[in-house]
Order: sequence, then structure tokens, then C-alpha cells
Amino acid sequence: MRPVFLYPLLFLLSACSGPVNNPYPAAERGQQILYSAFSERPKHLDPARSYASNETVFLGQVYEPPLQYHYLKRPYELIPLTALAVPKPLYFDAAGKALAPDTPAAGIAESVYEIHLRPGIRYQPHAALAASRELTADDYVYQIKRLAHPALHSPIYGLMADYIVGLRDLGSELDMAAKRQKGWLDLRRFPLAGAVAVDRYTYRIRIKGKYPQFVYWLAMPFFAPVPWEIDAWYGRPGMAENNQTLDVWPVGTGPYMMTVHQPNRQIRLVRNPNFRGEPYPADGEPGDRAAGLLADAGKTMPFIDQAVYSMESETIPYWNKFLQGWYDASGISSDSFDQAVRTGTGGETELTPEMLEKGIALKTSVAATSFYTGFNMLDPVVGGLDEKHRKLRQALAIALDVEEYIAIFANGRGIPAQGPLPPGLFGYRDGKAGINPVVYDWVDGKPKRKAVAEAKRLLAEAGWPGGRDAVTGKPLVLNFDTAARGPDDKARLDWLRKQFKKLDIELVIRGTDYNRFQDKMREGTEQIFEWGWNADYPDPENFLFLLYGPNRKVGSGGENVANYVNPEFDRLFVQMKDMANGPGRQEVIDRMVTMLRADSPWLFGFHPKDYVLHHAWLQNVKPNLMANNGLKYRRIDPVARETARAAWNRPHWAGPLLAVLVLILVLVPAWRAYRRSQEATVFNEGRAR
Amino acid sequence: MTAYLLRRLLYAVPILIGVNLLTFALFFLVNTPDDMARLHLGVKRVTPEAVVKWKAERGYDKPLLVNAGAAGLAKVSDTIFFEKSLAMFAFEFGASDDGRDIAEAIRTRMWPSLAIALPTFVIGLLVNITVALILLFFRRTYVEWTGVVALVAMMSVSGLFYIIGGQFLFAKVWQLAPISGYQDGINAARFVWLPILIGVVGGIGAGARWYRTLFLEEAGKDYVRTARAKGLTETRVLFRHILKNGMVPILTGAVAVFPLLFMGSLIMESFFGIPGLGSYTIDAINAQDFAIVRAMVFLGAVLYIAGLILTDVSYTLVDPRVRLQ
Repeated sequence: MRPVFLYPLLFLLSACSGPVNNPYPAAERGQQILYSAFSERPKHLDPARSYASNETVFLGQVYEPPLQYHYLKRPYELIPLTALAVPKPLYFDAAGKALAPDTPAAGIAESVYEIHLRPGIRYQPHAALAASRELTADDYVYQIKRLAHPALHSPIYGLMADYIVGLRDLGSELDMAAKRQKGWLDLRRFPLAGAVAVDRYTYRIRIKGKYPQFVYWLAMPFFAPVPWEIDAWYGRPGMAENNQTLDVWPVGTGPYMMTVHQPNRQIRLVRNPNFRGEPYPADGEPGDRAAGLLADAGKTMPFIDQAVYSMESETIPYWNKFLQGWYDASGISSDSFDQAVRTGTGGETELTPEMLEKGIALKTSVAATSFYTGFNMLDPVVGGLDEKHRKLRQALAIALDVEEYIAIFANGRGIPAQGPLPPGLFGYRDGKAGINPVVYDWVDGKPKRKAVAEAKRLLAEAGWPGGRDAVTGKPLVLNFDTAARGPDDKARLDWLRKQFKKLDIELVIRGTDYNRFQDKMREGTEQIFEWGWNADYPDPENFLFLLYGPNRKVGSGGENVANYVNPEFDRLFVQMKDMANGPGRQEVIDRMVTMLRADSPWLFGFHPKDYVLHHAWLQNVKPNLMANNGLKYRRIDPVARETARAAWNRPHWAGPLLAVLVLILVLVPAWRAYRRSQEATVFNEGRAR
Repeated sequence: MTAYLLRRLLYAVPILIGVNLLTFALFFLVNTPDDMARLHLGVKRVTPEAVVKWKAERGYDKPLLVNAGAAGLAKVSDTIFFEKSLAMFAFEFGASDDGRDIAEAIRTRMWPSLAIALPTFVIGLLVNITVALILLFFRRTYVEWTGVVALVAMMSVSGLFYIIGGQFLFAKVWQLAPISGYQDGINAARFVWLPILIGVVGGIGAGARWYRTLFLEEAGKDYVRTARAKGLTETRVLFRHILKNGMVPILTGAVAVFPLLFMGSLIMESFFGIPGLGSYTIDAINAQDFAIVRAMVFLGAVLYIAGLILTDVSYTLVDPRVRLQ
């Protein structure tokens, strides 16, 4: 550390070389570097383990699974990444006989996906790999085996073991082998019947039965390639003790490689010199060309040389640095919402003049997410599928004013949910056909929440007229279980109480810590709760499975946290999940959604709207909620950025100089008074008198 | 004095065991090993089998304090508490629950923390002493009255206000410093001067008032009156006599907190994006990472004890009347 007295000198020196508030090294000025931030350090960067969105931001740029989502087209469309084509499954019966593609799911014993890779794809430079090591089918097979490795705890192992032939047996075998042998396990020694390399560029995955959603998993880092050499390298003694693991240092074939990983400070991705280059999409949605999103059509990606992600725990510094031009894009926190966005005269969202003056652009998109208030269907008061309990839940669904909630607590960033499916997914219906008739009426071309009187009528029919038991006269008291109990949550919980009060129902907030809340959910002792789900992939199965009976939380530990079990719904789910998108599937989904609206195991909340702001110098920005490899599409105009930064970050010295002047002015009279008193003598004082 | 120091070091052992036990009890009162496993494994698609495996791999499948199923010494030694605590006394902190080396994290994070805490401490000490002496210097003038009022006002304001206000004024409005961030080496100066300034200014209220009280006490003593009576100037009285004697409690107090400096400041580091130790413990508590929590609490306790021992030693150095036996 340098002596303190040098600080002012250094400060002045740095002031001579550009804006003094530049948080980046001067050498980076004018370069093709994207600046962004992360608020929480990524826990896992091993593609077998990572399942969080704040991790895939990095993994998506380094690893390349065989498939990816088209960057511009909507609805989301799978396209090849390292594969030559999106694989079509081949179906076989129990005897191994090939079946026609339209064979009913019940007759299919096995689905086989054969993936042909593009030759000539090379890994990033790495000490463990031979120079320009080529990607092979074995690397994909190796990674699929890693999903079963007992030390990795892959979150999708349980799910995939149900589908990939032999994966569960491999898991048991590896478990025993890991107990026998300490250190690195060479997975090449353990065959997996469900994943084999056919030749250097082809591998085959065997799936039990029919699982059409499997193809979506092939676009996730779980199915990215990991060469055995890398696994062996990081498996050497002493590597883990020095933070040298695949969980810290991802190694892939993608456009970028990680060169700095300081989880408390900075993560830096640098262009992979061995990357083959990939053309920017030549087609998209209507309007993309006018928006300039096709200006780079056909040009070789990536465009940006580096991406620097800095740790920012607090939202205020992040926002202010974005306004100063030090970050290229930003979300909008509730603190800065009014500064950034306002509602236009026609109710549309628009940027404030301050943002427009800086040339900032706004991109919005509805997330493939559903937030809801759930009922524990095992609860004797709010659960159950009989008419009375159903009407109680329907009454509450009407009373809970989701529109008001979105306006107050989400700054209007969301659309009220009419069912479990978010917009953009197959099965979602818009307009009049898509409204939840239990809660809404279609009035003047838009959905209108039913009156509270209707909710009170349903409540009376449920046996609780005026919020009291029709027989005993006792008031209805319901319990809301939550882990949100901080001062920030108070307003929201008070609002919730008010919603129930509309029906003269007392709502008791049972606040608890996160762990106990999770315990309640597992044990089924909660009554009413809030929950949400982010899509893994854009298929209705990924939302409707949240209400599939065998998936219930209590007893089977599944994701059906409401413990909703409706045999007819379950039957339709099994039918729907194996169907191809088309009118037949839509009809089944419609029936399922209608059933859910009537049963109301969830009070459908809202689908949040993502707001992203970016500066004019950042180009090719289009929110894609499924793709996690968006960095390669981005382009930066570093000259425009430098010009703006210089203009926006001129230091203002007048303020501090004024403060120093005031301090001097305060002290000078005091000093003079002191001098006078020190120089005063009896003689002088007498003469003065 | 050697015997005294040895005795104090031996006293430290039961204290550290007690601190470890208390940390352990408090942590596991709120979190069970199952909770820890679930938090580390993520929120989606976590199976009960994965939870069991996670616990077994990290030794969290054992009893907490007493292993009733074991025989002899193993009743105590084959427990989570024993296995996780013993190595601490050799300063082997091991790996965090997500597998990263804790000692390495401490080594890396302590420098940014020190880059702020040390100058803040030293400059703060000098500024506070200076302000206290100025108030004494201008005793019974408007400077003293307004100064004391200002100090009371300053100590009444929350530390967070200084951080947000300072960041707003210097970094956002005047644009004289990066709002947040950090770079190594010489470039660190650009990032740390503002947190240091805020830390110093934020500490003036309480610090200068406290030192003024100490100096006032000295100023009323006979030796000061004698110094004035023999015709010494006020500056000589202040700097040669009052300051020298008033420094005894200041220095000994400073020595006590000195070792704790490298633990960093949570809020300051968080707002300025300083990658120090301040946020390490809080992040670990939020992530239910017991390995980090116990290491940091243990380290804090060791440093606190070291600070107290250093205080005792410093007494003997600055006050010849004190002898350690």
C-alpha cells in the first residue's frame, strides 16, 4: 500500500488523464468492452451444477450446448448451435422396432435423439487441452455422465435419471466407485447406455418413453460439452484447495472465456481466440429491421472483445454509474423508477426527458414467469375440491385486487395473470378468449375484475356469509405464511390484510424465517402463501407440471407446492405433455386451464414485465428471456461512449472550494481574536479601555 | 511481563472455545444442516437424496455436540462441533461450504479493507485530536460553542447518511470520485479517498467530543495551572503538556481497536463496492455458510483478544507507573 500523503498527488495525476470519476483503468478507454455488474457472486459455474440465472449470464457465453434459441424470433424457436440441425426424435417400441413419428406416447418405449455436430469447433486455450483441441461427441457424452456424479449434486440428476436410459444405474455405480477411490473419477471407464458417441461428430441419447420437452434441455448448459482432460485437470490433488475447479473456471468452446474471476470484485470475459465465428441472424420478427436489429445480419459474431462485470451490492451506485455512462445497460429499481419512466397520456410507458436527453432507450418484455398466491389444498379450511371450498377460493380470487398490487408494489411492471401460463408460451390465449371468467368480465374490450359483491355472494355460498361460519357464527380467520417479515414488507402485508378484509375475513400473517417457511411448505402445514416460477423452457408443460398431482410437495418433494391433486387434470397433463404443438394440444391446455380457474388452487397473480435501459452506443439489444448467450450479439460504439462519458463527467470543483473557503472564513476571526488575546497586556488592555 | 503475557494467552484458549461454542449454538439454533444443504443446492428440483449426500460429504450428517451412538472419546470427537472447531486453533479455516478456500479469501479481501480502514483510523485520529485541541484552544469563544453544537449534531446523524450523502455530493454531483469500485495497487487511491474522507468526517462528532473531554480534564489539573503561571504560551501548554498527558487514554484505546481494523466496514464497503472483509461475514450468514461464519467470528475474537493484550502492553510503554505482573 502506498503512503497516504501520495493520495492527493495520485488523484491529481489521474485527473489529468480523463474524468476523475472513471472507475476503469485508463488503458481500457475506447475499447470494445461491455461494462455490466452482478449483485451476488455466482455460486456455481460448473455446467452440471449451475441452475441460477445469475450464473448462466456467464456460462452462456463460455459453454455451447448443441442447441440455442433464435435471438430475434418470437415465439421462441430452437436452432442449432454446435449441432448441424435440431434433432428429431426416433421412436422405438419395447422390441426395438422403429415406430412412426405420430405413434401415441403409450406405445413408445424409447425415444432416440441423434445429434450431429459441426466439425472444426475448437475449445478456448487451456493448459489441460492440446493446442486447438477440437470439440467431439465424446465431450457431450462425458458431460451427460457428469450429471450422475455424486460429488456434483446436479440439480437435474433426479429428473434426467427418470428419462435417460441407464443414468440412475450410472449414478449408483459412480457412488460406489467414489467411495472406493478417492480423487478424480475417469468417467470414460463407466459406460452409459443412454448416451454414446457414434462417431467423432455424432452422439446419441436414448430417452425412456416419449419426452418431447427433452430437446429444450439441449439448449441449457447442463448439456454443454466438458472434455475429460479438463475434468482430469481440475481433479488433480491440491487444485480444489486453491479454488482451481470447474465450478470456478468454466472452459468451453463459446465466443468468450473467463480470464478473471474475483467473486467479490470482478468477472471478466475475453473473446475466445479459437472461436469459429458465427453469423448474426438474418431474419427476425416484423419490426426488427425497422428497429435496426438486422443491421448486422450475416456479419460474424462476436462483436465485443471483452465483458467486464463488476460487483455492485447496492442499487443506488449501480444506477448512478449507469447515468454517468460507466455501465452500458441497467434495470430499473423501484427507487429510481420515477426518475427513469413515466406514464404517457395514453397510459403508455415512456422515458422521462432526462433519460431521452441522454439518448437512453427502454426495452420491455413480459417475463416467462408466473407469480401467484397459493392455497395448501391439504388444508381443511381452504383446501379441498368440493364446491364449498372451491367457492371460498374463487371469492378470494376476486377480492385480491392484482391490478392494484401491480400498480402499488411493482410500479405497474406486470400484467395480471389469467391462468398459469405466461404470454409467449404455446397455450397462452390473449384477449377475450384468454380471460379468467371466474374473476373477470370482458367489458369494453378489456378484462374487468368482478365486483366484491360477487365475491361476497360466493363466500356466502361457501358457507361463510359475511365472513362468518353459517352454522356457528364464528368469524373466518385465515393464515398467510411468509418468510417476508422485514420492515420493507409491512406495507405489502397490510395491503394483503385489507384485501381479505373486503370480505370481512381476518388474515393472520404468520411470518417466519426462510428455513422454517420451507419446512412448512415441505410438511404441508402452511395455509396461504406466495410463490413463483421462472420458465426453464418455453413449453406449457413447464408450468402445468406445477399442478400435476404426482409432483406434489408433501410426500413426494415435487414442485406442486399447492399440493393440488385432480385426477382429471393429471390425466390431461399426461396427454398434453407428449403432444406436439397444434390445435389438439391447445384444446387440452384450454380444458386444463379452465379446470384450474374453477378449482382455484392458485390465485393467479401476475407475469412481471422486465424493463431494461441501455445507452445509445449499445446496439442489437432485444430481450430474450430464454437465450442465455446474448453477449455475442451485442455491439458497442466506443467512440460515442467516450464522447458521452467525457461530456457527462466533468468534475465540478466550485463546490469543494467553496466549502474550504467557508471553513477558512469561520476560523480566521477566531484566530485573530486569539492573537489579540495573546498579545494583550495589562498595559495594552488599560490603554484600550 | 512475559509471565503475564503467557497467562493472558492461556486465558484466551477457554475464551475462544466459548466463542466457538456460542457461534455454533447460535448458528444451528436458526439453521439446521438440512437448511444449509437446501440453500446450497438451490431452490429448484432439489431431491431429499441430494440433501442427504450433501450433508454426508461435508460432515454435517453427524450429531451436533454429543454423539450418543459412539463410544469413549468419540462421543465428543465424532460430532460436527468438534470436527469443525479443532482445526481453527491451528488457523486452518478450510473451505467454505461451497468449496472455496477461506484463508485465501481472507488474504485477498483484507487488503482492500485495510486500504480504507487504516487511513481512516490514522487520519481520523489526527483530525479528531486536532479538532479537540482547536476547541480547547478557543475555549469560551464562539468557536467552542458552535463547535460543540456541530459535534453533537454530527454524532447524532446516522453513519449511513454520511455514506449516501458523501457519495451523492462528491461522486454524483461534483463527480470528483468514482461512485463505487476498486482497483489494485496505486490505482486504489482514486477509489479509497472518498470512503476515507466520509469515514473521517463521520467519526469527528463522537471522536473529537471524546478527546475534548479528555483534554478538558487534563486542562484543569495543577500542572497545567503551573505551566500557565510560569508564563508559557497557550500553544506550548496545549501541545507540550495537555496533549502529551491526554494521549495516554487515546493511544491505549487506539491500540485496542487497531487489530480489528482489517475486519473492514460492512456498509462502507458495500456502498463503495470495495471487495473487503466487511461483507464477507454478512454474505456468509445470508448464504448460511457456517464454515465462513465460524472462521470470521473466531478471527474476530482472536484479534479482539490481541487488541486487549496490546493495550495492556501499551500502558506500560506510555505510563511508567504501570507494571504487568
